Amino acid sequence: MFKQKTIEEAKASARRSSGNSSAAFYNNPNVRAIFYQILLVFGLGYFFYSIISNVLANMEATGIKTGFSFLGASAGYDVLMTLISFESTDTYGKIFIVGFLNTLLVSAIGIVFATILGFIFGVAAFSQNLLIRKAALVYVEIFRNIPLLLQVFFWYFAVLSALPGARQSLSLGEAIFLNVRGLYLPKMVGSDLFWVAEAALGLAIVGIFVLRRWAKTRQDETGQQFPVLNTSIAMVIGLPLLALIVTGFPFTMEYPALKGFNYFGGITVIPELMALAIALSVYTGAFIAEAVRAGVQAIPHGQTEAARSIGLKEKKIMQLIIVPQAMRVIVPLLNSEYQSLVKNSTLAAAIGYPDLFNVFVGTALNQTGQAIETIFMTIIVYFVVNMVISFLMNRFNNAVALVSR
Amino acid sequence: MAKKALFTATTLATALVASATTVQAATLDDVKARGTLTCGVSTGLAGFSEKDANGNWSGLDVDVCRAVAAAVLGGADKVQYKPLTAKERFTALASGEIDMLSRNTTWTHTRDTSLGINFAGTNYYDGASFMIMKDLGVSSATELDGANACIQAGTSTELAIADYFRENGMSYKAVTFDTSDQTRQGFESGRCDFLTSDGSQLAALRIGLANPGNAIILPEVISKEPLGPVVRQGDDQWFNIVKWSLNAMIEAEEQGVTSMNAGDMMKNGNPANKRLLGAEGELGANLGLDAEWAYRIVTQVGNYAESFERNVGMGSPLKLERGLNASWRDGGILYAPAMR
Ligand SMILES: N[C@@H](CCC(=O)N[C@@H](CS)C(=O)NCC(=O)O)C(=O)O
Repeated sequence: MFKQKTIEEAKASARRSSGNSSAAFYNNPNVRAIFYQILLVFGLGYFFYSIISNVLANMEATGIKTGFSFLGASAGYDVLMTLISFESTDTYGKIFIVGFLNTLLVSAIGIVFATILGFIFGVAAFSQNLLIRKAALVYVEIFRNIPLLLQVFFWYFAVLSALPGARQSLSLGEAIFLNVRGLYLPKMVGSDLFWVAEAALGLAIVGIFVLRRWAKTRQDETGQQFPVLNTSIAMVIGLPLLALIVTGFPFTMEYPALKGFNYFGGITVIPELMALAIALSVYTGAFIAEAVRAGVQAIPHGQTEAARSIGLKEKKIMQLIIVPQAMRVIVPLLNSEYQSLVKNSTLAAAIGYPDLFNVFVGTALNQTGQAIETIFMTIIVYFVVNMVISFLMNRFNNAVALVSR
Repeated sequence: MAKKALFTATTLATALVASATTVQAATLDDVKARGTLTCGVSTGLAGFSEKDANGNWSGLDVDVCRAVAAAVLGGADKVQYKPLTAKERFTALASGEIDMLSRNTTWTHTRDTSLGINFAGTNYYDGASFMIMKDLGVSSATELDGANACIQAGTSTELAIADYFRENGMSYKAVTFDTSDQTRQGFESGRCDFLTSDGSQLAALRIGLANPGNAIILPEVISKEPLGPVVRQGDDQWFNIVKWSLNAMIEAEEQGVTSMNAGDMMKNGNPANKRLLGAEGELGANLGLDAEWAYRIVTQVGNYAESFERNVGMGSPLKLERGLNASWRDGGILYAPAMR
């Protein structure tokens, strides 16, 4: 406060003195301030410029290759799992994209499941049932306190590696197979009219949003409730199914089948992805559970009592009164948990899941020796991804802040 | 305002300091001052670099570290070992964390020319191969279409196998691991059908299997993998020391100088023996070392043949043949440049 005032005063006096022609312009505090700012910007610019050029010159002098031309060179090695087609003759630039997509995939899966686990166990901490309450406590304490790397190893080397070999796979109705090499699922391969069913699914999703809004307005006006959840489920399943029936089931199922060494066909979920996704979800879920518990605890007990007094059921109290208000506390915590999860996904390297860090900072760096370039590019990616998460969560935060008011 | 000016000044000063170039380090002086040689080795590979229960390292690669320490510091035991994975090794060397690398590293053009490192010779001529469980009934690499491969990440093997499968129109899945232990575990758990690496490493990994008799090594050798010690580029004296320490072991075998007879040969041997062992000539001085550098290598570590037999040959569990790694006099390609 005090500081603010003196600055204001200084500015005012500066204005006064600048009107006075006897004072030199370089005595004007505003001019000086700007001058120092410019000097600082140039100084910093020069600082970073000289660090970078110094490093590059030193690397050049010791015979280390520099520059980004390697991005156009053929990588020469293969990647275990790619979301876009990739061959060993493709470039390091493509390796970068392949790794980036794999990072996004495992992060997205992790965020979804961590959130689900977190909310279930966070709310369970307030259950009337002692057993459920204890289970929530045990979950949080166990998984929050064991180093994540150990958990990744546990799922990968202890659990998934113990599955039977390819030829002794566990199978479910000869359609789903599980073995040490992963989970094999059947895939729907659509033909000409399949788009109708896809469109129906899209329609159903849009319909749910419309329905929710309509149900809320109706309840606000008339007090009548509408079974939104059940109707939504019916829509998501029913509409596409109807479309399939009308168009005469225009698809075939592709089942995984053992050919030679491996199962081919269908969808393969590699154990490295499973282990990492499970470890990230379970670990981060424990932290989110704590965040949810903190959020719920922050709501005064009076709210629960008031809700009880108007006859709401316990489940509804949680769902309608407590959690929406608790979101104010939970969402900022969620933001940092999601960011940690993305960063923690770099543990992929420990079990060979081909995420960005593993294929680019790991293998590409090793094969090309271009440490500065690869690390720089990778840092930028994690930075941008986390900025995007922050941006989205802040918007979400604004939304829940309004709702609770 | 004064504070701001000060901050600006500091920034500028730092900028100026940062732009001064770094000094070129003389590794020999550093090593002597420290009294120990820091040598990068593998995290554990039978016969090449492995640590026993008492924390002592041994192996063919370890012997190159020991030879350099004997030459430079006078004692083969004055080595501090730094276990490194394939991925870590070049960064560790380039950053100065280690003085030299002796970790079954393949001498390739790209590594030699773009990583800021120099290969100081070859201490084992190898090639990539495949190891597979017997019960799969595979007897040739050409039957591996559609199989999964366990490979260590950051190796030249990753490149060799990609080429081989492409060339033969076959497909495979590359399952990569960071350490050789994990790679072996992946192979044993059935995550992959075969494990691929340099032949010597396959032999080392095989004896580490729960049941070595269940696995076979396929006859195909799909690449050239000359393995050797590596130093940082830009310190020619150090480069020479490492290069000639290895050559001294190879030369000693050629001359028939062993750890047993070296003392005698120094006094009574032919001129070549005397030059090698420092009784005559300037070989040590030219390296910046004393005259008995190679004498110490041979007496403390042994000549190449002794090191080979003890670590990976018939006197070891690996039981590798000399093959390509026999001296050129015995039909191999091991050959030291002239010691004069
Ligand atoms: N010679 C190849 C491969 C070297 C390599 O790392 N091989 C593995 C075989 S599984 C190994 O020795 N690993 C030992 C370790 O990681 O400590 C290269 O230079 O890239």
